[in-house]
Amino acid sequence: MTGDNIEPIDEIQTDGFAFPAELPIKIKSRNVDVSYGDKQALFGVDLDIPANHVVALIGPSGCGKSTYLRCLNRMNDVIDIARVSGNIELDGVNIYDDTIDVVELRARIGMVFQKPNPFPKSIFDNVAYGPRIHGIANDKAELEEIVVTSLQKAGLFDEVKDRLGDSGISLSGGQQQRLCIARAIATRPEVILMDEPASALDPIATAVIEELIDELRQNFTIVIVTHSMQQAARVSQYTAFFHLGYLVEFGDTEAIFTNPTDKRTQDYITGRFG
Amino acid sequence: MLSIIPLSLAALVLVAYFGGKNRAVAVVAGRRSTLHSRPLYHGTYVAVWVGIPALLLSLVWLFLQGPVIDILLVRSLPSDLRDGLDGSQLQLLLSEIRSLAKGSVFGNPTAEVIAAAERYKAWQVLAGWALVVSSLAISIAALVITRNHIAKRFYARHRVEQVLDWLMIACSTLAILTTLGIVVSLSIESLRFFDLVSPGEFLFGLNWEPQIPIRKGQVTAGGAFGAIPVYLGTLLIALIAMLVAIPVGLLSAIYLAEYSSKRARAILKPLLEILAGIPTVVYGFFAVLVVAPALRNFGQIVGMDIAPNSALAAGGVMGIMLIPFISSFSDDAISAVPRSLREGAYGLGATKGETIVDILLPAALPGIMGGVLLAVSRAIGETMIVVMAAGIIASLTLNPLEPVTTVTVQIVTLLIGDSEFDNPKTLAAFALGLVLFLATLALNVLALRFTRKYREQYD
Repeated sequence: MTGDNIEPIDEIQTDGFAFPAELPIKIKSRNVDVSYGDKQALFGVDLDIPANHVVALIGPSGCGKSTYLRCLNRMNDVIDIARVSGNIELDGVNIYDDTIDVVELRARIGMVFQKPNPFPKSIFDNVAYGPRIHGIANDKAELEEIVVTSLQKAGLFDEVKDRLGDSGISLSGGQQQRLCIARAIATRPEVILMDEPASALDPIATAVIEELIDELRQNFTIVIVTHSMQQAARVSQYTAFFHLGYLVEFGDTEAIFTNPTDKRTQDYITGRFG
Repeated sequence: MLSIIPLSLAALVLVAYFGGKNRAVAVVAGRRSTLHSRPLYHGTYVAVWVGIPALLLSLVWLFLQGPVIDILLVRSLPSDLRDGLDGSQLQLLLSEIRSLAKGSVFGNPTAEVIAAAERYKAWQVLAGWALVVSSLAISIAALVITRNHIAKRFYARHRVEQVLDWLMIACSTLAILTTLGIVVSLSIESLRFFDLVSPGEFLFGLNWEPQIPIRKGQVTAGGAFGAIPVYLGTLLIALIAMLVAIPVGLLSAIYLAEYSSKRARAILKPLLEILAGIPTVVYGFFAVLVVAPALRNFGQIVGMDIAPNSALAAGGVMGIMLIPFISSFSDDAISAVPRSLREGAYGLGATKGETIVDILLPAALPGIMGGVLLAVSRAIGETMIVVMAAGIIASLTLNPLEPVTTVTVQIVTLLIGDSEFDNPKTLAAFALGLVLFLATLALNVLALRFTRKYREQYD
């Protein structure tokens, strides 16, 4: 991670792709390198994430898509051997700057993980945890209001409204993942990062989550890592294809899937490798 | 002569193993894959049958040989020598004969006794040879019979696995039987104690003065056997120990699991665990020679009167001993909390402290509780530190600056010196032992429950 020698980013452009001019950009990243110990996992990634859209990151296993996602909320800081360099801006402010408080950053950029990871607490306390530690609610009624709306937005409220005191672990896999989404929403983030959120779920639970992602786009900017190209095609407006640590191609989801310009992208989406 | 048996048995077992193995290969003319069980199992099957029955016979024989020869010996004695003798006199006579047979002569044995000693010697030799012959015969018979069982479709593996099952059951039964034996012997002596002192007085009495039995020929129990002050002293010292061990142990566990670098952890964790390896008698020295005088001096400076064998010194040092217990259990429990939970909390913008207090500690609590309960049971049962550093007089106090005594200290002092088993003073030790055993057993069961529950949570 280097805070110095960074030039301000002004061009709205990612590897030759141009967004519509009026589209506000939420996250800009330039020249992002990541290495774990001696092994470099990401090479010079330039990528822009437009606000209130869903951007899908696809690519074969080990291509660096999850690594990139974890850069956006500095989750790589948790790993001792991870080193991140380059420039990532959230609303024009470099999130790797020394003046940035990681805790505050993660409150603005929520995350949903591959495996549902509800805390061993009640359903209510799971959702209330973020608001509590950030002091979002002024009183108990407001906290309850936040919990209920978050559960409603995550499409889980009707299923659990009678048992908010039950342990979050007692829910089914799909419900647990929606609980984790509700937990992320409750902190009122601006961006939600999703790391293969449906990979541990059955097709029905997956469909529910995908529908949910589409609704969440109204209020949040969403970056989703997925292994399933159908899922990327269904939920995202823009798609980035990663391969061997490089961002190979970025563009409109439709264009990526119907008319990829790079041969590697074409091979991947037609199932030649990956 | 009897040493022939283990040697020859071992040789026979080896012969049986390799013989069985080779035979199995020979039976299928070298096409090993056509055997149901691998040759190893055929060899083991034969070896087991050659070894185990003969071994069991030898053990049973050696147990029975003494009593049987004794009975024969008594029968063979001239009636004028044995008539009118009661049990203990007969035992005396028998041991005279036995020692004579061994070659040590006391006084002037009569001719009958000398003759009996000769007979005793002869029978022993005879019995020994009979055992050698019969056990070898059993082994060889087993070798011949089981060797003929070996065939292409013989399920030797199943037989061997069955024997292994029985072996494992026998081993675990041994441990259980030992525990049962301890409980039974403790209970029997305790019941004898409760004949002399009522359980009500023992369990709820406030006065413990077993050392001054005021017996003057009367049958009533002397002294005072109200054990409440002893329990209270034990609990006080255990409480002080836990007040030292829990915070220090838990915080070092949190540091080791969450904050320390890999290098610091690699150095600190073994260092901390060295504490668990120090003999308790050394902790006792430390308490008596270092901590207690230091406390006393400190007390004099601030104008407090601290006893040289205060509960504080003994409990504090015991607490230091228990730190590694708590820290290693808690460290394991905290480290076992899945990484995904940590990341979930960090992802919501929780600080490291919030993550530890809100997520990790609650999730690890059952494991931590298991460690704490085990430490409490150690604290209650710990003997050497308190024998050296705590008091002997049972006083009914909760003041940590005064000397108190513990259950273990009382057991030790009650059993030292002249012990008569018709005396409530001696028998009280067993009653105390029983109470101690039940308390630590309950704590251990509870601890086991906790740890099991916490394993289920993530498996």
